[in-house]
Amino acid sequence: MLNLDLSMRRGSFQLRARAEIGAGVTGIFGPSGCGKSTLLALIAGLLRPERGHIRFASQTLVDTAQQLFVPAWRRHMGLVFQDGQLFPHLSVRSNLSYGYRGLQPAERRLSFESVTEWLEIGSLLERRPAQLSGGERQRVALGRALLYSPRLLLLDEPLASLDQRLKEQILPYLKRIKDETGIPMIFVSHAQAEVDYLADQVIPMTPGRLGIDLVHAG
Amino acid sequence: MLLSPQEWQAVALSARVALCATLVCLPTGIALAYLLARRRFPGKFLLDALVQMPMVLPPVVPGYLLLLLFGTQGPIGSWLKAQFGIVIAFTWQGAALASATMAFPLMVQPVRLALRMIDGRLEQAASTLGAAPWRVFLTVTLPLATPGIIAGAVLCFTRSLGEFGATMAFVGNIPGVTRTLPLAIYSYTHVPGGDAAALRLAILSILLALVALIISHLITRRAERLLGYRSHAEP
Repeated sequence: MLNLDLSMRRGSFQLRARAEIGAGVTGIFGPSGCGKSTLLALIAGLLRPERGHIRFASQTLVDTAQQLFVPAWRRHMGLVFQDGQLFPHLSVRSNLSYGYRGLQPAERRLSFESVTEWLEIGSLLERRPAQLSGGERQRVALGRALLYSPRLLLLDEPLASLDQRLKEQILPYLKRIKDETGIPMIFVSHAQAEVDYLADQVIPMTPGRLGIDLVHAG
Repeated sequence: MLLSPQEWQAVALSARVALCATLVCLPTGIALAYLLARRRFPGKFLLDALVQMPMVLPPVVPGYLLLLLFGTQGPIGSWLKAQFGIVIAFTWQGAALASATMAFPLMVQPVRLALRMIDGRLEQAASTLGAAPWRVFLTVTLPLATPGIIAGAVLCFTRSLGEFGATMAFVGNIPGVTRTLPLAIYSYTHVPGGDAAALRLAILSILLALVALIISHLITRRAERLLGYRSHAEP
């Protein structure tokens, strides 16, 4: 499904990644600072690799040999950031519908009602992000990415900024999304337990290097 | 406070000139601030210096340069006259151009600062939700820069109300045409018995400045609250 083989350098940090990632939930597990977020930014199209390619389904997203680069806003992939990155000037409702509004009705695979119901955020719609707790914020961020009906959902340590109690609260939501929507996900974390709980396959990552040729049929 | 018709004329003209100058500076100032805050290009330092220049030069100098460029004999002025029959020198539009030139850096600086304060990851988040660059700019960047844009617009407006040197050099001091509030005050101090009128207009200037500052404060506070920089509980 997702095939990547790339390298990039940022300052003294060198990232080399080669993988074939299947459907379902893929956990990428590795210590802090090993380049997990960089890898997701590359897949999302927020960064350009120095060399290499990324292919998703039958589409080439990046290929440095062909000078090809599809920008983030044309990739139709959702990315949930570590700290949510909700738009502070918009209500929860407007945050949730930000990506949803830009879609053709036929592209909307999930309804606003079902997503707010799964994530139990229906009562927060008129609030501003500043009025939300950490756990609520992450749930809204998740809902916002889901309502964009992404072809692939990238989760960048979505639980890292939460305490243990909140983590245990959010994990079931993630599991529910996985079971209900079937949207393929790549879940990046430095916590083994989270990855084990959620992922169908786990790719270990060591500093600057992502595991080689792991194939998962999904 | 009762003003004579000539005094009212000066006040109304100042308001019109300052408003026009602000309307000209708003879009151009935002565009230039964006360029300076976000892009790297050769000659950026020079452009930056050029934008700041009116702030550090004696105002007469930009005014004189405007006269050389936009005067009926100047390269731009003669072209405008030949092509469109437009004359800018010694008109109120010229006064607005002089004000806009002088106030432009005051518009650019706060907007530029506001743009630099925006967390780039919010714009990245918008792009991962399918927003094209122009939509990101309109729905995320611009609203988040609102406090800076308001501050810039107010500074621009008040600076335009007070513009003296460049206006005098470019469009002169013609009653009813280019004699704005500061020029009127200056003129009254030079005629016998004009002290009372000068003082009235001076007090009016202070009041106008105060009102502008209060309005800017209120709008900024509201914007900050809407942006979530301030919680509702705070006074």
